[in-house]
Formats: sequence, C-alpha cells, structure tokens
Amino acid sequence: MTLSEAKKRELLRQMYTIRAFEEKAEQLYAMGKIHGTMHLSIGMEASAVGSIAALRPDDLILSTHRGHGHCIAKGADLRLMMAEFMGKETGYCRGRGGSMHIADVEGGNLGANGVVGGGIPIAVGVGLSLKMQKRDQIILCFFGDGAANLGPFHEALNMAAIWKLPVVFVCENNQYAMSFSVKKAFPIERISDRAAAYGMPGVTVDGNDLMAVYEAVSQAVKRARSGEGPTLIENVTYRWRGHSKSDANRYRTREEIEAWKQKCPIKRFRARLIEEGILTEEEADRIEQEAYAAVDAAVAFAETSPEPALETIEEGVYA
Amino acid sequence: MRELSYAEAIREALRQEMQRDERVFIIGEDVGVYGGAFGVTLGLVEEFGEERVIDTPISELGIAGAITGAALTGMRPVGEIMFMDFTTLAMEQLVNQAAKIRFMFGGKAKVPFVLRTPAGSGTGAAAQHSQSLENWFVHVPGLKVVMPSTPYDAKGLLIASIRDDNPVIFIEHKLLYKVKGPVPEEPYTIPLGTAEVKREGRDLTIIATSIMVQRSLEAAQQLAEEGIEVEVIDPRTLKPLDKEPLIRSVMKTGRVLIVHEACKTGGYGGELAAVIAESEAFDYLDAPIIRLAGRDMPISYNRTLEYHTVPQVENIVQAARDLARGRM
Repeated sequence: MTLSEAKKRELLRQMYTIRAFEEKAEQLYAMGKIHGTMHLSIGMEASAVGSIAALRPDDLILSTHRGHGHCIAKGADLRLMMAEFMGKETGYCRGRGGSMHIADVEGGNLGANGVVGGGIPIAVGVGLSLKMQKRDQIILCFFGDGAANLGPFHEALNMAAIWKLPVVFVCENNQYAMSFSVKKAFPIERISDRAAAYGMPGVTVDGNDLMAVYEAVSQAVKRARSGEGPTLIENVTYRWRGHSKSDANRYRTREEIEAWKQKCPIKRFRARLIEEGILTEEEADRIEQEAYAAVDAAVAFAETSPEPALETIEEGVYA
Repeated sequence: MRELSYAEAIREALRQEMQRDERVFIIGEDVGVYGGAFGVTLGLVEEFGEERVIDTPISELGIAGAITGAALTGMRPVGEIMFMDFTTLAMEQLVNQAAKIRFMFGGKAKVPFVLRTPAGSGTGAAAQHSQSLENWFVHVPGLKVVMPSTPYDAKGLLIASIRDDNPVIFIEHKLLYKVKGPVPEEPYTIPLGTAEVKREGRDLTIIATSIMVQRSLEAAQQLAEEGIEVEVIDPRTLKPLDKEPLIRSVMKTGRVLIVHEACKTGGYGGELAAVIAESEAFDYLDAPIIRLAGRDMPISYNRTLEYHTVPQVENIVQAARDLARGRM
C-alpha cells in the first residue's frame, strides 16, 4: 500500500483543487451567483482525498451535504460541478440538485445527500447489490459525526455487518453537528468504538494526515473487497467554515478555529512531500496555481452555460 | 379459468418475475422460511435460496435503504414491509431518497423497486396494524402507488410494477389475501395507470379502491334487485391516475359515490372528487359528489367498533341508494 511519487503529487493537486473550488464557490455565493446554501469542507480535504485514494476508479462512493471534496476526489469534472452550483443545464444534475445533491453516477459518486445520515442505509443496498452481482467493487459511505447519532446508522451498520457487505463506513468527525459539539453528543471518546457493537473493526485516525487516512481506508477496502465485511473508520478533523451560510460561529471560539488552522491538512502533506524530496517548493506552488486556474476555467464554463429551459421543468420526476 | 387467491396470485407474480429476471429479489422481515406474516412469500426461499429471498432484522428504514441502493445499482428489488403502519419507520428513505434521486440527479439515475405492504382493518389488530396510509405516498412525486382489488389485478399489476423503472408502493389488503378469482397461468401485465370498469351501470358511478371495490360490487348486486344500476370503477393505480374512464362514467350517470377505507379527511377521495369537479363531468352532475370513507379516527380493537369505523356493504348500499334517489 505504498503510493507512487506521481500519485502523491496528484493527491496534493486534488487537495488544492478542493480548497480552490470551495473558496471560489464561497466568493460566488457572496456575489449572488450561487444561491441557496452550501456546506464547505475547507480544512477537511485530507479526509476526502485520503479516503478516495484507497479506492479503485470503478469503486463507488456515497457522499454527504458537505461533499464537494468527495466529488472532486472521485474525479469529477470541475466544469460540470461548477455549472451545477450555478444551476445550469450543463451541470451534473442539470441544475436540479445543486451543491447539496451533486452526483456523478457514471463516475461512481452515487450522490451527496441533503439529509444527515440519508446515505447510510443506501450503502447497505449498494453493498448488497455489488455482492449479489459478484462485481468485485466496494462502496465507501461518508457521513459526519452528527449522522452517527441517527437511527439509520444503527440499522445500516448492523445489516452491512451481518451480511458481510463490501462497505467502508467513513465517519468524518469534524467536531460539530451544526453547533452541537461531539463532546456533548457522545458519551464516548471515539465514535469508532461503536463498531465493536456491530462486530466490525473500528479505527480512529488523524483525519488531517492524508497518509494515515489512506492507510486506514486501504485496510478497510482490502477487507471489504475480500468478503470479510465492513469497517467503521473515524477521520478526526475540523471544518474551518461554519456549518452552512447561516452560521455565526456562536458555539466555538476564534482561538479554537485558529488552532485547527495551524493543522492544515494541505500544508502538512505539502511539507511532507517536499521533505521526502518528491516536490520542490516551486513545483508545489505550481500545483497550487494550476488548481486555482482549473477552477477559474470551470467558472468560465459555468457562467457561459445555458439555464435549463422552462419547458423541461418536470423532466426527471419519473423514468 | 383457473382460480387463485389474491395471496397466491402475488406469489405467482413474484415467482415468475424471479424466474425471468435474475435481478429481481425479495427482501423483508420474515419473508423466508416463515413466508411473510401473511404467508405471501411462502415457498419462495426454497425455490430461490436465501440469497434472493432475504430475511432482514427488524429494520424498516434499513429495508427501504437496501432496496433503494440496490435499485440504484442495477437490481430490481421487491421489498416487503410487514404492515403498512410500519412504513412510517421507512419514510425518510422512501420520501427523501428513493422518490427524489432521479429528479435530483437530473434524470441520470433510476430507482426501480417495488415495496409491497399490506394495509387495512378487519383483523382485530387495532390501531397500529390496520391503517390505510396510501395517500401519504400519493402526495410524493417520484413514487407510483398501486392498490389491487382482485387476484387477477394483483398479479398483472405486480408484474408491471416490478418491470417499471420507478419506485412503486404496492399496497395489498389483508382481508383480500384469501379471496379467490380467475388468474391466467402465464405472466401478463396490467399497465400502471389503467382504471377498469368492474361493473357497468347507468344510474350511479361508484369509484372504489382496494377492498372497497369488492364491497361496492356486493352493494351493486343488492341495489340491482331494487332496480338501481350501479357502475363500479376501480382506478387500480392511484398514481398515476387514469382519469378518463372516471370522467366518462360520471358524464354517463350524473352521480358519483367515492368509497375508500382510509380516513376521509385528507384521503384519496378528496383527490378523486376534485378530478371530477375540475373536469367536463362537472356539468353533468345531478347531485353533489359524495365520499364514503373511514371515520377520522384510529381503528378500534373491539369487533363492533372496528366494523363500524370503515365502510361496509350496507353503508355503501345506503349511500348509493340515497344518492341514486336524490336524497343527498
């Protein structure tokens, strides 16, 4: 489970792309070019990229309302993504889904989800389907710390475990379910401890350490693919931005946010690659610049894309 | 023609579809060796194995998620929720996920599953095992809602539902399971969205669903002896609704009685009444549109109270007679 130098550079590029994309989306929101709401994962990039790096391209993911990073790491076309954010016909969901429902079914992203915990039971069905069809693929299901306190978590983890389904459950513990701290929401230190109740391995990792995430998820993927069943992984991380656009950060301190910013997963991985001699500072800068340029190109594509035609308003309700 | 019970007709549809298409499988609580709480899936696990007739823990939301995820990735699952009352536990997946995935994804995915569930009172099971919640699902775009009233319809509609590319809520009635009727042996489909005139008549139209179709036919038989000719129409699928036959019938008879078991307020009868009132049939009405439905209350345990909570044959006879004779 060692990564090639080229792959490591690629993973750094993915993290920069996610950061660039979300910063741009935030700006466009402020400018009124994107409406509704959005949930930014800035500060959590290693969790998305490290987890998905452990998958094969044909493996599947289920994402969350905070899913921009998952979508990009799964290989989404930034232009179609940005077009979706702007509600354009060329977007992944033809402008019908937006940030919170973005999906790239052909690319193996079975969708973000507007309902906390909404994807977890679906993962059981996907895992069952893959197993029944003997497809040798696995499904990686992201959810947050908040979702681990919903009933669906219990039903789904149990079903996946009793049937030894090829599922990897990745809990992105970013410390808050909207404003509710994990310290108040859980009587236990590690969410992954709950895995024991389902007879599956539970692993808690530093979610800002890309390599640690990659290694833990790789173990879980190997287990899932070999028919041994699911694993629960907890990536401990932090979202720098508010829960959504309505968040005034009344539940946490500036100091806490600053302390986590010091643990930036991108800076950390970049420093590691430079230290390993895989990259020079200049090369790292270039990767960063290219990421921002790619996002700018996506914005240009989205801005010049057409709105959905009103005549098509009811399309897609039924097959 | 050979006769089968409603339950046997459903089982035959399941068996024939599972033989035809290996993507079809059954999943639910006690659907395997036990055969389901009402015996509908009896024998199927012996024929198709535990991999295609899957017993689950008591996890209704998990079942709904399992059929949603499996359908999204190429299978054609048939889920079973033991009592319709328990679909309340599965609502998140059915309403927010399954019904909306295709639309939210810009039409780039499909969720072809059937969720079978028995509704209705009359078994003494009281308030949490007797509800008729069909209109909850009718109100959700993206779902189709099917309610067969005969063994023939049950088989043809179930096969059509399994072959449909959308999530279908297939609502059976517990008291119909043992009712027998002619059912062809070969597989056949009844297209979703086709109503059927179950009995022709010139004086009055009854539009009824599920077990109320049977009760309305009995009522029509009695009324015929009094010289009142009742036309009985069964929409068979509540969504999509085949409006034309209903409208045409009302234009012919000028009087319409709508009969269903679910609570009257917010029930499907309101929708049917509005469809007629908004149509060209409005000008042909000789009397107000009348709804005969379940009382707005939970189902009682006591036999007599239970019986009088939902429409019975004599209630339909009375209401239809009053309407036909201009007493309403």
